[in-house]
Order: sequence, then structure tokens, then C-alpha cells
Amino acid sequence: MAYKIIGSQCTGCSACEPECPNVAIYEKNGVFMINPKKCTECIGHFDDAQCAAVCPVDNTCVIDTSQPRYQAA
Amino acid sequence: MQETTYVDVGNIKPIAQTTQLNALLDKVAEHKGCGTSGGSGKASCGSSDGPEDMDPEVWEKVKNHPCYSEEAHHHYARMHVAVAPACNIQCNYCNRKYDCANESRPGVVSEKLTPEQASKKVLAVASTIPQMTVLGIAGPGDPLANPEKTFKTFELIARTAPDIKLCLSTNGLTLPDHVDTIASFNVDHVTITVNMVDPEIGQHIYPWIYYKKKRYTGIDAARILTERQMQGLEMLTERKILCKINSVMIPGINDKHLVEVNRAVKSRGAFLHNIMPLISAPEHGTVFGLNGQRGPTAQELKALQDSCEGEMNMMRHCRQCRADAVGLLGEDRSAEFTTEKIDAMEVVYDAETRKAYQETVEQERQATVAAKNAEKEQLAQLADAEGISMLIAVATKGHGKINEHFGHATEFQIYEATAKGAKFVGHRRVDLYCQGGYGEEDSLQTVIRAINDCHAVFVAKIGGCPKDDLKKAGIDPVDKYANAFIEQSAISYFMAYVGKVQSGEIVHQVRGDADIRQGAYTAAVA
Repeated sequence: MAYKIIGSQCTGCSACEPECPNVAIYEKNGVFMINPKKCTECIGHFDDAQCAAVCPVDNTCVIDTSQPRYQAA
Repeated sequence: MQETTYVDVGNIKPIAQTTQLNALLDKVAEHKGCGTSGGSGKASCGSSDGPEDMDPEVWEKVKNHPCYSEEAHHHYARMHVAVAPACNIQCNYCNRKYDCANESRPGVVSEKLTPEQASKKVLAVASTIPQMTVLGIAGPGDPLANPEKTFKTFELIARTAPDIKLCLSTNGLTLPDHVDTIASFNVDHVTITVNMVDPEIGQHIYPWIYYKKKRYTGIDAARILTERQMQGLEMLTERKILCKINSVMIPGINDKHLVEVNRAVKSRGAFLHNIMPLISAPEHGTVFGLNGQRGPTAQELKALQDSCEGEMNMMRHCRQCRADAVGLLGEDRSAEFTTEKIDAMEVVYDAETRKAYQETVEQERQATVAAKNAEKEQLAQLADAEGISMLIAVATKGHGKINEHFGHATEFQIYEATAKGAKFVGHRRVDLYCQGGYGEEDSLQTVIRAINDCHAVFVAKIGGCPKDDLKKAGIDPVDKYANAFIEQSAISYFMAYVGKVQSGEIVHQVRGDADIRQGAYTAAVA
């Protein structure tokens, strides 16, 4: 599974973007999005998913259950 | 950009005892920053005499910074550029989702800017408002949680408009990592928001922080934050960078504790302490707004500021402005300088005109100081004021004069007159723009509630109806000092008042409390 940002709740503050170790986060129309193909849930990089740890709005940067679980290579 | 040094939380040293710091502390203690001898005890920063009783080095830094010198704020303007949207801590009084063009409070901004847009905006504003001397970065997040954007903006502005002072306002979490970079840009004013020095209290203000790739909550979060803030403060004062401490007064949570905060920051060389009232309303969607946490009343705030004043300079002229505010502290001209409007402007940076204008301002403020000193001599003849003190509300457009009509005032400045003189002690917002649907009578009641602790209100002009209502409320409407200097007029009024009390013509009565800010600021956005 990858993380996703719920666009309607995103404030566009950009805090998540530089924290992502996979450069998976980009801005679109004033809010930020995560490319699920690049997201590794920070596994192998950090103990916590960085985007979720830094996001100022609760329950906005969450696991996207529609995506398959990330498998470390 | 310079390399930054990381210091582990465990390695944070106690209060720095370097000779440099001690020398600075001595200086601060000697003349109490830019304190003066006026008022009851000590006047607010730089409020009168200026260079004579102050280290010239410090005076040079504060004399045209409206936030660091109360006296300067009548003459000089500042602007904030919103280049730093990200934050690394969460405060219970802040909701980052919220933006309203009609709202004015920290953390609120209408449009984010890139460093390049910000730099152009600064030039446009500097050309239009020659008394704009200070550029600050205050968010809407934390400038040091966006170091690239913040320092890129400084770099661009330092190149194109080197006469503009740069400053920033931070929560302090990453401050120790950036002190050297800050110093390399000749930033000589840094504000740190310190709401506590005790993690037990901090946990009720900060739900979490994001530090070194981890989210910390509760006491751990507050402990790291306070350690980093104090370390950052020490590092700045060691480098002779003037530090202002902002504290939000939250009744029942940190109101009593702020006296300890005051001691802690003073001992580390902070220059000025700004205790601000909590802004809290359910419409803001903040934790405190939603759980009904109230802000302090005007007298509660003043009492706390007064009790800290013996320790160090207190800032009382803070307007808690937006992260994209433009203009004198009491005004906000940000709507004139949207990106769209700036793109349409032809900007020519004219340093000469700015210099000439600022020289005129200097002459003007010297006249203010001279006028006030003359009146003080007169005051010395008043042998006994029988311990009387009074608050006076003043309608002013700036320049230290009573030059605003009662009905046009969006705020009143509050002066305290005692046998020692007149000093600025605060201000009250009375703008009603977001309250839509209220009649004039209601707005007058709002004004009366805001200045209810005052004996008199000084205005340039006032209509017959409000005059009568003010009198009924026990507030004396005074228009005879129209266009005169504020402090001089306050002293003159006070002396006449004491004279009347002594002759038995009137009986001195103590006034009640007042509201600092009123109304919801979201109701009439449309």
C-alpha cells in the first residue's frame, strides 16, 4: 500500500514534499499528491511515514488501501 | 549558504556563560535594552529619549524597526512575505486551513509567494511606501521549516534593496541549526514564540512536533521544543542578534507561568518580551477555539505585562498581524499588493527618495521627543498626583499625533497617564468589517466596550451623538487636542484632571475592564 493525500483536506502547505525520501510528492492545483508507484511508505528509510508525520491536518495523509502493499526488494 | 551545525538535544548546554553574552547582558541591564526613564517604572521599548540613554549600537538596530521600538512604530512600516507555508509543530491556537482576507492574525495569509515573487513584492511596496523599512518572514508556517525559501528570499532582497532590514519570526524548533546562516544575512532581529519553559505546561499547548524525521507528542514534544528554543535564543544573543520573545497568554494554561518564561528569556539575553492575548473563536476551527478556551481581558493582559515589566522591556504595540501584512502596524495594505497587481506595476527601486523621506521622518520624530520632554518638565511641577493613574484612548493615523476622527478609527491606542508621565500601554481593535448587519448604535457600543477602562478618548473630531453616549458611559470625549502630539496632550489632560480632583470639582473614580478584540471575523466574508 502506498500513502495518499486527501486533496479536499490538504492545505497546500508543502511540508510533506521535501520530507519524502522517494521524491514521490508533487503539487497539483495548489494541493499535494503522492505518486503511488514511487511511495514505499518510507519502509527502509524511516520508522514513520514522513508525509503523515509532518502533515498538519489530521487524517489527511493516509494509507491508500486501494493500492497493493509495498514489498521491500 | 553556510554549513549548519547540529547539536543533539542531550548536548544542549545550560545558559551560555561566554564573555560575549555577558557583555551583552550587561549592556541590556544597564539601559534595559532600549528602555527609557518615562512612565511608571519603565516605558516600552524606545518610547522616548532614544540615543542618549541607549547603547548606540542597539539604537541603530531598533530605531526604524516598528516591532522593536514602540516609538518607531508610529513612523515606520513593515511588511511580511508569505514564502514559508510549511510548519514543523502544531499549536492549539493555530489552524492552518483557515484563510480570510478580512482576518488579521498570525498564521493567516491570502496567497503564498515564491521567493522571486516575494522579492518583487518587496520592491513594489518599498517604492510605494518609503517608510517601509523592515521585511519579515513570519510564515504562515515557520520560516525555518522552509529554510531554502526563507533564505533565498533574504538573498534576493539583500541584493536589490540592501537598505531594508531583514527579520524573521520562528517557533525555534530548528533555530539552532540555522543561526549561522541567519547571521550571515545580517539579520539582526529574530522573534521566537515561547509559550512555556515547562513541558508539563507545554503539552497543553502543543499536541505534537516534527523533529529529526519523527513526530513527538505530549511532554516529549514540549521538552524538545523548549530545549531547542532556549538553545537558539542563547546562540542568537551570543552573536548580538536582538531577540524578541512572543508569548501567547492563555488564561488557565500559561498565564501565571509567563512570568517564569519572562525570567528565563531575560536571563538568556532576550531584548524584548511581547505577551499577546490568545485569539480564540470557534469559527477559527482551532483546538482552543473549539473547546471554548477564552482569551484574556484587557486588564488581565495589562496586569501580566505590568508584572513582567520590572524584569525587561515589554512590547505592547503588537497588532498580531497577518503573515502577509503590509504597512504601519495599525494598518494593513496587503490588498493593494496582490501578485496580480504587482505584475501590473512598473517597479523602480528608488533608494534616494526613500532615504530623503526617512530623513523627514527622523526630523518629525525628533520634534515629537522634544515636545514630550517639554511637557515632562511641566509635569515635574505637579507635586502630588495623589496616586492617580488613568488610561486614555487615542484615535491616531500615526506620526505620534491625535489625527483620526472618532468614527473612522479602526483601533484606539491606549496611553497610561501617571505623575511620571504618559506611556503607551496597548491598543484596542474596534474595526467591524466582519460583523455585518449591525447598526451604528451597536458599533458604538462595541467601541465603548473596547475602551471601557479609559477615562477619556482623544480624537481629531467627533459627532454629537457618540459624544453624548461616551459621556453617559463615563468616558470623556476630547477633541481639543486635534493634531497635537499624543503624549504631550495626555500629560496636559492628566494635569488638568488632577487639578480638578484636588480642587474638589470632580471625584476620581477607577474604571472597569474592557475587551481586547471583539466579534467573529468570518461572519461577513462575502
